[in-house]
Amino acid sequence: MIREEIIKELPYDKPFMFVDEILELDDDHIKGAYTFKKDEYFYEGHFKDNPVTPGVILTECMAQIGMACFGIHLLGDNWSKDEIAVAMTSNEMNFYKPVFPGEKVIVVSEKVYFRFQKLKCNVAMYNLDNQVIAKGVISGVSFKKDSV
Amino acid sequence: MGSLPKYNFMTKEELLAKLKTIITPYVQNQEGLEALHEDTDFIKDLEINSANLVDVVLDVEDEFDIEIDNEAMEKMITVKDSIAVIESKLASK
Repeated sequence: MIREEIIKELPYDKPFMFVDEILELDDDHIKGAYTFKKDEYFYEGHFKDNPVTPGVILTECMAQIGMACFGIHLLGDNWSKDEIAVAMTSNEMNFYKPVFPGEKVIVVSEKVYFRFQKLKCNVAMYNLDNQVIAKGVISGVSFKKDSV
Repeated sequence: MGSLPKYNFMTKEELLAKLKTIITPYVQNQEGLEALHEDTDFIKDLEINSANLVDVVLDVEDEFDIEIDNEAMEKMITVKDSIAVIESKLASK
């Protein structure tokens, strides 16, 4: 599947879609980007009069690029938007820099393993100065929608 | 010459002890773990989630130096089933 097609296959939509483009992709890694809009809904409350992107949203962005997009690629012909669902099953994340409204981030995810429908990756997020924003390990699974 | 495979002469009790060590970090239900027996079901009795069940299988592969395929993985529902899979993989090494 080509990169643009993978993004169309994602099961997310506004206001909870945090993928703009896939920059690099092979069977071992993925690199993608997202620019946080100045008017994302969560800036209104996080924090009062001081908008900063929440860590859970950064983690979500890392998972959408580093797990969901990557997983769709790795599943290949076994992926089906109508039949397969994805879920994050664990994450361990460290945060180093804040992300402000309007900022573009780059996410790089490297496969640790992809076995039995489970994907585990080392994932890092960088700003445009190539500084690490967040780094950690995320795992997720894919499964048939009717099996839950 | 050549050394004997490490685990080919393991008793069922030794195998069970190894398996218990492997599953312990992933178990949610401690009572189930304390009462561990052959018919213990990983998901129902120990409340291991399906994602961590994959980790159990990968740890089993490393510990016993065997390869578990999809078909074998699907059989590993209880302690007894898992021991049977491990024994059969060890035997065919």
